[in-house]
Amino acid sequence: MIVLTFAALTLREAARRKVLRALAVLTVVLLALSAWGFHTLVTREFDGALLTSGELRLIASQLLNLVMFGLSLIAALGTAFLAGPTVAGEMESGAALAILARPIRRSTVLAGKWLGLVAFGGGFVALAGLAQFVIVYATTGYWPSDPVTGLALLAFQTAVLLTLGLLFSTLISPMASGVVAVGLFGATWIAGVVGGVGRGLGNDSVAAVGTVSQVLLPTDGLWRGAMYAFQDPAALLGFGGPAVKGGFPFLSDAPLTWAYLAWTIAWTALVLGLAALLLRRRDL
Amino acid sequence: MTNAVWTSGLRKRYRKRTAVDGVSFAVARGEVLGLLGPNGAGKTTVIKMMLGLVRPDAGEVMLLGRPVTDPRARAKVGYLPELFRYQPWLTAREVLDLHVRLAGAGVPEKERHDTLGLVGLADRAGDRVGGFSKGMQQRLGLAVALVARPEFVVLDEPTSALDPVGRADVRDILLSLKERGVAVLLNSHLIGEVERVCDRVVILDRGRVAASGTLAELLGGREVRLRLEKVTSEAEERLRSAGPLSRDGDLFTVAELEADVVPDLVADLVELGVRVHSVEPGRVSLEDRLLDILGSER
Repeated sequence: MIVLTFAALTLREAARRKVLRALAVLTVVLLALSAWGFHTLVTREFDGALLTSGELRLIASQLLNLVMFGLSLIAALGTAFLAGPTVAGEMESGAALAILARPIRRSTVLAGKWLGLVAFGGGFVALAGLAQFVIVYATTGYWPSDPVTGLALLAFQTAVLLTLGLLFSTLISPMASGVVAVGLFGATWIAGVVGGVGRGLGNDSVAAVGTVSQVLLPTDGLWRGAMYAFQDPAALLGFGGPAVKGGFPFLSDAPLTWAYLAWTIAWTALVLGLAALLLRRRDL
Repeated sequence: MTNAVWTSGLRKRYRKRTAVDGVSFAVARGEVLGLLGPNGAGKTTVIKMMLGLVRPDAGEVMLLGRPVTDPRARAKVGYLPELFRYQPWLTAREVLDLHVRLAGAGVPEKERHDTLGLVGLADRAGDRVGGFSKGMQQRLGLAVALVARPEFVVLDEPTSALDPVGRADVRDILLSLKERGVAVLLNSHLIGEVERVCDRVVILDRGRVAASGTLAELLGGREVRLRLEKVTSEAEERLRSAGPLSRDGDLFTVAELEADVVPDLVADLVELGVRVHSVEPGRVSLEDRLLDILGSER
């Protein structure tokens, strides 16, 4: 019950703070630009001819992954910068004193805030993602192969990152926790790309960079699973060569395994548990 | 009578600095206790340990009959922190609603509004806290501390941001809490405030209890200062019979006498031909006593 009170409070905070407006503006800009881009793709002649339907599907599928990456970046930035102030900011400002002097457990407060942030991030990904699918469908006729799984994985990626943001916000300042979480998100994505190139070239030690980083912070692993659900299955055949083995950053060569999904769930629970433990021991 | 709060042997170190070193005291139910001491004496840390906000390195706290580690101990506690900040994106009314829900108290809407009225914020109930001045935020903090029908109220510097009118309001609120039998722990640098409302005082210095007791115990008996002329030896003898006498020119101070013997003393002096210019009843102020205690500690 109190968990839900804090979840609702977190959603209200998100709605009333400027972060929501900033997110909405960024999203609208991204959606508008992508609509323009996809429209141009269909109407413009390349080498004196329009794209064939096969080429169009192939390119639309790749571009969709690129735009969805932009959306996931906006979601990551938004939630990481909400997760920081919600714990560290309240402790720094003193707002946590009056709240935590009430007959409630700190872990309850943390769980409520986590739930609120997950609802916020998940809601954003679902709405913005769906809007993007509609734009792509209206302009090019392409519809992702498994949109629900893709959006769910993207929402999960947001949840993973905000859980990390919450952990940092029990340890360091609000701004630093957001910056570190987003920095790690970017670093893991780059490590994933490097690992993909390694696999494409058959270099195992370079490929291991991606695998290890995807285990340490599962955001990139989930992103690759989401891409696989968004893209056209024929795209893999269309590219061939190293791309099929993971050498292209906006093409995923395999769906997510259940084992990896289980690890990601365990990772999230562990990090959230650690955050609760640190918060419980922290002097205010 | 059980205690609202009982602490025993509280200790807290922050790295190399000992903030609190073996503090033990209790606030009885219905009692108003003043916590005094210089900056850095450990008052706020003691308060935070008392409410479970800071983990003591050693010692024990029982809050309203339960160990402080049990969150339920805080169900009937109202707290105004020294650092008062409330969610700036909420309105004053929403802040109170939130705290009532968190406290698990069934407080009707009208009573919540009355609490805002009590601290002078009735007409700002629908305004966002972000637009409040410091003084208004402290008033809101006071309402938050009072709204969930507490049995024990902890006020850490409740008037630090208030104007003189606000301070008088706080004094009235404290007196009404006392009347209703609500236990209060008041940490304040305004000694006059403490002297006027507190039943008992605990003085902390460098993390330890330097002195504690009722105001009468700490301040001793009353005295009376008289400015007199034409004092004969007979008159001086009469003054000496009332209590220990000290003289500084024409100013005579008689210590340790009860207030009700003063009229008789003055009448006798007049009869003995003494010209009485002024009679000032008084006693050692808490401020003087505090400085005295802290001075002897160093």
